Amino acid sequence: MTERPIKVLIAKPGLDGHDRGAKVLARGLRDEGFEVVYTGLRQTPEMIATAALQEDADVVGLSILSGAHLTLLPRITALLRAKGLDDVLVVAGGIIPDDDVAVLREAGVVAVFGPGTTIGETAAFIRANVRPRD
Amino acid sequence: MAGRAIAPGSSSPDPSARGTELAESALAGDRRALARLLTAVENRSPAAESALRLLHPLAGRAHLVGITGAPGSGKSTLVAALVAEVRRAGRTAAVVAVDPSWPISGGALLGDRVRMQAFAGDDGVFIRSMASRGHAGGLATTTTAAATVLDAAGFDLVLIETVGTGQSEVEVAAAADTTVVLEAPEMGDEIQAIKAGLLEVADVIAVNKGDRPGAQRTASQLRAMLAGVEVLVTTATTGEGVRELLAALDRRRAALPAIGGDGSRRARAAALVWALLGDRVRERLTGPEPGAETAAVLDAVAAHALDPYAAADRLMKALVTTGDDNPVGRP
Repeated sequence: MTERPIKVLIAKPGLDGHDRGAKVLARGLRDEGFEVVYTGLRQTPEMIATAALQEDADVVGLSILSGAHLTLLPRITALLRAKGLDDVLVVAGGIIPDDDVAVLREAGVVAVFGPGTTIGETAAFIRANVRPRD
Repeated sequence: MAGRAIAPGSSSPDPSARGTELAESALAGDRRALARLLTAVENRSPAAESALRLLHPLAGRAHLVGITGAPGSGKSTLVAALVAEVRRAGRTAAVVAVDPSWPISGGALLGDRVRMQAFAGDDGVFIRSMASRGHAGGLATTTTAAATVLDAAGFDLVLIETVGTGQSEVEVAAAADTTVVLEAPEMGDEIQAIKAGLLEVADVIAVNKGDRPGAQRTASQLRAMLAGVEVLVTTATTGEGVRELLAALDRRRAALPAIGGDGSRRARAAALVWALLGDRVRERLTGPEPGAETAAVLDAVAAHALDPYAAADRLMKALVTTGDDNPVGRP
């Protein structure tokens, strides 16, 4: 087998209870041919990093609306690195001010998708940027 | 499947060495290597073969428990409660949770982890989601191999959670030592128990959502109908009855040799070997040497110039005369 589906973990860190966007994305990416692991609401950074490791995810997609992104997302990327998952593509979506995007990029969040990003755009970005692995 | 390819491995030029390396690291407790190895198994990549050759002799100690039931019967929640109970008893557990692939795109939405997130940071628990990848029967083709890997890695229990099943997805019974079928109260069980299907493969039945009205009644009906099957009432959300379920599983594990459980392992072994043999025969017949002849034979059958039985006989002969390492395995 020379081709396999890309595995994407979708998680919602933080305490806000709005997961409709994350669910729509999870379903949309499934329809685009990705294998999507959906882990649900109120995930701690430790939960997300553990799930990414056990699932051997190629991509971690973080949906966050609570405003705590500057605290939570860098902690998640640091934990992923600590577990040796530095080849995982980390992207984020939600309400994130432009000024914060540069900070998150610096922390290892490769892309931030704001409201209005289509599933197709997200899928295309992932396909173009996921790191080839064995 | 629009452009979702990941190029095959670049990190090690020799997949066989890579598989051995991953297996050895996984055995040494490296969870990342274990996860990578499971990916190799799922993708049926060449690295998986060398890894499984190394791991098969080390497996066989875990209790492989299949958990199946209709969608919404509470499988994931019960698996989570069971894992918590296993941990309380000082033992370790791995979970393989299978969800269906979406036939149109080949993608999948794997949602079983939602109810199993309490174990982050606990090295005694390992949870892996798996897409069925077009395989019917409630599992993926590689689920048994994934269970072997987790068994060899030393987990005491390996729980195999099937896709939400109807009446014919009974494959888990062959993949597991013990099959737990979940029933929800008052779901028309009397008639279902009579029909051939899920209940037929149950070693243990858990009437889940035991806090709902009718749970005890459903359990009594099932007990009356299915003699010899242990029927328990569980409430996965509260943990009620889960200790008793684990105790029932342990009793069954202890009794496996006496009740012919070794026979089911023998059947599983046979199924695995026959499947591999089939793969190898196909590989050999489509390989460089007889490949053209194989194609010609298949074309002849398509053109109704040759019947399929004669075609199979002819290919069988080609198989025997092909290659120098005796592919049909005669001594």
